[in-house]
Amino acid sequence: MSLVIERAGALASLQDGGRFGVRHLGVTQGGAVDWISQRWANWLLGNPLQAATVEITLGGFSLRAESDSCLALCGADLGATLDGQPLAPGRSFLLRRGQQLVFGQPRRGLRAYLAAPGGFRAEPVLGSCATVAREQLGGLHGDGRPLAVGDRLHGNGSRAEPRALPEHAGQAPLPDAPLAVVLGAQIGDFSGRSLFEAFNSEWTVDQRADRMGVRLLGPALRGARRSMISEGVPLGAVQVPPDGQPIVLLNDRQTIGGYPRLGALTPLAVAQLAQCLPGTPLRLRPIALDSAQRQQRELLSRWR
Amino acid sequence: MTPRIEVAGIDSLVLRLFERIDERNMPWLLAASQRLREAFGPALLDLVPSYTTLLLHYDLTLLDDRQARRRIHQAFEGLQPATGNSARQHEIPVWYDPSVGPELEALGARSGLGVAGVIARHSGHTYQVFALGFAPGFAFMGQVDEILASPRLQTPRQQVPAGSLGIADRQTAIYPLASPGGWNLIGRSPARLFDRQLDGYSLCQPGDRVRFVAIDHAEFVRLGGDDRPFEARP
Repeated sequence: MSLVIERAGALASLQDGGRFGVRHLGVTQGGAVDWISQRWANWLLGNPLQAATVEITLGGFSLRAESDSCLALCGADLGATLDGQPLAPGRSFLLRRGQQLVFGQPRRGLRAYLAAPGGFRAEPVLGSCATVAREQLGGLHGDGRPLAVGDRLHGNGSRAEPRALPEHAGQAPLPDAPLAVVLGAQIGDFSGRSLFEAFNSEWTVDQRADRMGVRLLGPALRGARRSMISEGVPLGAVQVPPDGQPIVLLNDRQTIGGYPRLGALTPLAVAQLAQCLPGTPLRLRPIALDSAQRQQRELLSRWR
Repeated sequence: MTPRIEVAGIDSLVLRLFERIDERNMPWLLAASQRLREAFGPALLDLVPSYTTLLLHYDLTLLDDRQARRRIHQAFEGLQPATGNSARQHEIPVWYDPSVGPELEALGARSGLGVAGVIARHSGHTYQVFALGFAPGFAFMGQVDEILASPRLQTPRQQVPAGSLGIADRQTAIYPLASPGGWNLIGRSPARLFDRQLDGYSLCQPGDRVRFVAIDHAEFVRLGGDDRPFEARP
């Protein structure tokens, strides 16, 4: 199969499960932010679950098949059409030679994931194809560039083994339910009022949102400490800078940071947040560590 | 040595070994890293040392919180600090010059040392790498002589050229890649700080010791440095 990109859109990049084992060198994690939709897209074709997919943010992206290609689409509904016919996410489909796949604007969610048989082909850099523009690592050319007009995509596998999705799977996970936060060690540094407000207020996703982090707007949270000695920060960390407006750190975050943290979102909550457009209202809820770990293992067992 | 173990996230723990920044922390953090890598094996996804802590990211499909804590306790049993001889040493060439270090002259004036004095003081100390972060291969080194300590710029620059050597408070670092940045720039190095061809990818690793060696313009160019003055860079 061969696909050629005709419109690059807001941001489209190759993302796999992320880069591990190199964070002590200052290299970020990268990888699909909505890792759940990515897994379903790969699952639909019988791929390794963390094979490289195209992460399409916001839309405006289009490509044309140069040979018959079996693909799968999951995650956000970005108004995709196949030669003008609407194509809903959550399915595999055949894109015949010469046919065009066009993404419009977000209708539900923010990020769509396109999978190809065996995963999209790219030379791994430090063990991963994840595109991180800021670090000039990964992606189609290995140098962190997002996908651009004229880029050609190929799959690693010759044939797919298409499957049908279980009910309700493959759609963007939205913040219909509050986003779960595993409380961190600095929780005691925040005032009682701030803790109450953190988990009993409506938050709004700010314009300042990208693959590094998402700022939330709401009541200003106050703590005893304004900064700390920088330390490693995990995925989903909810850090609170001096202005009191939390920033949730995502896959392309800096590896260390010095702002106090409420805790960290669960992986499911990270995927939910990854699908939020600016202006989306959401709530946070605390979750006990053992429940969070149990739920995550149950979630992972869905792909067995 | 028993660290305080703090929950950082669903599968991540912060091991807090110290409360203050001190060069004597690093041998302990390095020894602990080594032991933790052995104790966790494939269950370890990432381990990030930084000044006083280690962030440990484990695979929760292989371990739960209780098992992870048990392995941490095993790893710290009878721990001894890494010996000083085992730290890797680097000599990194730097062309200290106002054309590539726009804050060099101001720092010379403010400290009363003059440009030559700043260069002598900055290159006369062996620094320790406390952590890598901000960007791949960006090594936070310290401690810079009190007299050279400089607060970050009020407004960070949109673009700092690769190789730029900066000071922020009592820390010093080289920008491996062109990026935005707010450190006080005093020179530029031709060294490759982060390169896939390098063994271990990054020239500097946490715990390494670094000395900066002042070189002149001709040597800088001979070593492949980009000598375009600050303003002329794209």
